[in-house]
Amino acid sequence: MILDLNQFVSKERPYWDELTAVLKKQEEQPDWKMSLPEARRFHYLYQRASSDLVKLKTFAGEVEVAQFLENLVARSYSRLHEKRGSTIPFRPVHWFLRVFPSTFRRHWIAFMISLFSFLIGGLFGAGVMKFAPQHKTSFIGSFSHLSGKPSDRVAKEEKKQFDGFERRNTFSAQLMANNIRVTILAMVVGVFFGIFTVFLLFYNGIILGVVVFDYIADGQGVFLTGWLLPHGSVEIPAIILGGQAGLIIAHAMFGWGTNLRLAQRFRRIRSDLLTIVGGAALMLVWAGLVESFLSQYHGPTVYPIKIAFGVLQLIALICFLLFAGRTRQPDSIHAG
Amino acid sequence: MLGRTVSLQIRTPEGVSFQLPLAGPVTRGLALMVDLLVLLAIMITVSIIFTIFNAFFAGLPYIGPYLTDLGTGAFILFTFVLFMLYGAILEWLWKGQTVGKRVLHLRVMDERGLSLTLGQIVIRNLFRLVDIMPSAFYLIGGIFCTLTKRCQRIGDIAAGTVVVREVTVNVPEIGEILDQIDNSFASHPHLEARLRQNSGPEEARIALDAVLRRNELGERERLMVFGEIADHFRELTEFPEDITLGLSDEQYVRNVVDTLYRRAVA
Repeated sequence: MILDLNQFVSKERPYWDELTAVLKKQEEQPDWKMSLPEARRFHYLYQRASSDLVKLKTFAGEVEVAQFLENLVARSYSRLHEKRGSTIPFRPVHWFLRVFPSTFRRHWIAFMISLFSFLIGGLFGAGVMKFAPQHKTSFIGSFSHLSGKPSDRVAKEEKKQFDGFERRNTFSAQLMANNIRVTILAMVVGVFFGIFTVFLLFYNGIILGVVVFDYIADGQGVFLTGWLLPHGSVEIPAIILGGQAGLIIAHAMFGWGTNLRLAQRFRRIRSDLLTIVGGAALMLVWAGLVESFLSQYHGPTVYPIKIAFGVLQLIALICFLLFAGRTRQPDSIHAG
Repeated sequence: MLGRTVSLQIRTPEGVSFQLPLAGPVTRGLALMVDLLVLLAIMITVSIIFTIFNAFFAGLPYIGPYLTDLGTGAFILFTFVLFMLYGAILEWLWKGQTVGKRVLHLRVMDERGLSLTLGQIVIRNLFRLVDIMPSAFYLIGGIFCTLTKRCQRIGDIAAGTVVVREVTVNVPEIGEILDQIDNSFASHPHLEARLRQNSGPEEARIALDAVLRRNELGERERLMVFGEIADHFRELTEFPEDITLGLSDEQYVRNVVDTLYRRAVA
């Protein structure tokens, strides 16, 4: 049986036109909310167009009308399964205090691998300084203020007068932008099976290891702690969190322990990635402010305050990540 | 893949299948160029505004240096956010489109044919950091886009998205074409009925396509195509010589199309 195409098109065209008008209105007014009768009508028109497409493909085999209907059905299908209106409204406080730490804990193995990559880099950096200190500049060449003798820098920094936070906003903005970029990079390069994520963490660990060993060996441990701890106690964990997200991606790439396809594996981890990298970005905004407005001011009188601030901040961060957002388990019921 | 037009096949829960034409690497590259130009224009405009702001406030006593420092810091953050989230913000507001994609009639879609979620949009734009490598040449993204079946860069694979071409298709006016056909088969309704009975939708579609697209064919190709189609239909149903004598192959096929599409009973 072959369809009378002319009659078919004339009969169905008003419905197609109506559906096209609804879609056009939706595209032009993204915030337009349909009433229940309008939604029902839209669903009916979609079903009718779908049915027409099937009929046309089965009984007529005509290309152009079929293309038109495919286009119409595709647009309607996409709108009909629109998800943005049905999602739970974003609650930033709940997300930061509950979702972020619990997501972090759910992927603790990835975090531990990320942390160890960084620490091994640190040990390697310290080893370089112990056995081949002449290579110091190879690792910290881009940080010109670190290339000299630590005690010279300490003497120079401690002599400086308070500058009234001169150019501190610019500096903190640069720190935030750069550190957030590095954290996102640590995450996205996880797509290469985690190799570059581990390398990035290892390399950052080396730099820290070189600096730490250099200052301690020169007897400047207090200056170093007072300088790095206030912001480093947040900044370094945030970058390691970026590495954690990268290793979650690497795990999805390998697909160990699951029969799901790559697309499905990515679909599962997508919100976790955003949560971790979003939380890390917020931490880096804070770290940028601390580094700019507190860490850069040195002197024997402020070291205890800065060190105490850094230690308390680190303890608070560890407690937050380990305990925040835990739900109390209901008491188990004992039989008998 | 490069040089091939591919489409995304979707099968809905209702059992309806449809296709979405996918954008190729060249079209996507052009859209990217437009977006880069837009970004450049925004950057130039905003930097002029910040320069004026700084020049205006720099001379103020006490708070002048602080305000210019604040302005510079804000400019750095604005630049960072702009480059990271330009695509994400526009794709969210315009349902999968940026300025470049609008100009080239492209749209980002979920690979299952659904609308995008905010998570998908943010992820595909964050992965741009790896797609643009090395430096900002988009080499990795370009290679992936060229080699993958659905022309997806890494950001698309991670976010489960594809970029489709928005094709505006109007309902073709078949009636006008059929009106132009003077069908000599109409004098033998019983043979027309047999032709309709013996013909399947695929054959009918081929004949109709040939009539609709006759002007796209060269003279030789047209003769060959209509010759083959006419021979095929002659084998299906034999019409008497008095109406087929002197009838060209093209006219024969036109008669067939008119018989099949106009007179058929739904």
